Amino acid sequence: MIEVRDLRMRYGDNDVLTGVDFDVHTDEVVCLLGPNGAGKTTTIEILEGFRVRSGGEVSVLGQDPAHADEDWRAHTGVVLQSWRDHPRWTPRRLLTLLGGYFEPYSTPGRPRPYDVEDLLETVGLTELADRKLTALSGGQRRRLDVAIGIVGRPELLFLDEPTAGFDPQARREFHRLVHRLVSLEHTTVLLTTHDLDEAEKLADRVLILAGGRIVADDTPDGLARRAAGAAEVRWSMDGERFVHQTDDPTGFVRDLFAQGGDAVHDLDMRRASLEDAYLSLVQQHEAGHAEAAARSFREVTR
Amino acid sequence: MKAQHAVRLGLRRGWREFVQSVRSSQDQGFYLFTALLAVGYLFLGRNTEVDGTDLLFPSVMLPSILGAFIAFGVVVGPAYALAMEKEDGTLLRHRAVPHGLAGYFTGQLVFHTLSLLPQMVLILLPSFLLFENLMADSSGWLTVGWVLLLGLLAAMPIGMVIGALVPSAQKVGTWGMLPVMVLAGISGIFYPIQQLWGWVQVAAQLFPMYWLGLGMRSAFLPDSAAALELGGSWRTLETVLVLGAWAVVGAVVTPHVLRRMSRRSTGSQVQAAREAAVQWVR
Repeated sequence: MIEVRDLRMRYGDNDVLTGVDFDVHTDEVVCLLGPNGAGKTTTIEILEGFRVRSGGEVSVLGQDPAHADEDWRAHTGVVLQSWRDHPRWTPRRLLTLLGGYFEPYSTPGRPRPYDVEDLLETVGLTELADRKLTALSGGQRRRLDVAIGIVGRPELLFLDEPTAGFDPQARREFHRLVHRLVSLEHTTVLLTTHDLDEAEKLADRVLILAGGRIVADDTPDGLARRAAGAAEVRWSMDGERFVHQTDDPTGFVRDLFAQGGDAVHDLDMRRASLEDAYLSLVQQHEAGHAEAAARSFREVTR
Repeated sequence: MKAQHAVRLGLRRGWREFVQSVRSSQDQGFYLFTALLAVGYLFLGRNTEVDGTDLLFPSVMLPSILGAFIAFGVVVGPAYALAMEKEDGTLLRHRAVPHGLAGYFTGQLVFHTLSLLPQMVLILLPSFLLFENLMADSSGWLTVGWVLLLGLLAAMPIGMVIGALVPSAQKVGTWGMLPVMVLAGISGIFYPIQQLWGWVQVAAQLFPMYWLGLGMRSAFLPDSAAALELGGSWRTLETVLVLGAWAVVGAVVTPHVLRRMSRRSTGSQVQAAREAAVQWVR
């Protein structure tokens, strides 16, 4: 579906992407995760064909998005970060109009566009279908953005920071919507987020972008296993507290009990998690040490 | 085939935008306010006779004002709409669907053309009730038709190019509104152009507004009134040539400019405009 090789992007003197490589396969949900300013939006806009890259090879659905024709658009969906467009339109009218552009691309196997009533139902906007867009809340607007993104029943869907500004409830509903889309429509999804939790919930595979490169490419579980570093074991014995760092906590605790027996109390064991590794990446990145952040994250998850 | 389908959707979009505009109290207010201004101005001079003729002030002024309003509407309207809609994501939404831009620009064309109707009706209807001898010969309506059409083709591309080139919607005042107002001031709308310096007269005649006003006067006034004009003639051929030249240049240049602008519109740009707007409000 998507192939990216040595993708580079430079704004003036500022190198944002310095050689990004990854693939996205059919029916996958892939999450591009990274700190703010890491180049996630730049990457996804290049793939959407909205931005021209400085270098490298990119293929999306078999075409170079920078020179893709209008027919290519019929197979991709883009969920934009919008805010105040079409204030006088209603969700039903806008969906009907924008969906209309996909009519000539309808096939028996994949009827386009999506039935507007079904779509409104899917994103939970049936009640608000005839309200003006200015009357919608931020979360309701975002759901409309998603509906517009999928109205053409795309094979490939791009989502840029889809849940930015959502409350936890809206976020959970949104995650459910994405899961439903993927299983019902066989839609391949590429989304960006800076929220690790969201990436773990949604993605089959997570790509972490930092320092202009992909520093990790794995399933959420695989990443967690790789990031799991030395464990910290704490216990108390005879009223005294102890801390010990070890790569083999199970073995260490076995020996501890063999020696201390009943005298061991308050046992506590913590492994450095993916969250810890990611948080330190974000902290370093935001302090302006993007290169160093990327390097140390790669070491931790080796 | 697919592009034609998109153009049909654009026609529908333009009509829908027009219906929504007519129903919105904000736009109703604008139409009423401008019409009130125009008709009020004519009413104040209802008994004044224009020097050198036996015509009354409203007869001479109404066609000039119509010409100016048409020029103003089809330049500032599209300029503002485009500047706004490339910032708020409307344009990008159309970029994301197949042949969406063809539909979008068709919609713009239809909408801004239709938008002239309520204003013209609101000016013409009370004027014909209040004042006499406005239309010297009813065959003038035919002239109104072709001047209007040619004027639209000449002036709307200017508005679209301004809208495409301005860096933000807030700059439309400086780059769109201001030049049109200055042109209105020097194009013989409110007083005869002969009162101005020679070079200003030449400058005014380079732009469509003067010719729109002149064309409208030729439609409404008796032939004897042509004596008031430059060269003592309606200069119909020149009107067609100047407006036609603008229309041809517009038809050639505008698609390039719009394509270039659309290619450069990105989500990040929309995001930046949003942040700038928030800053601005603060």
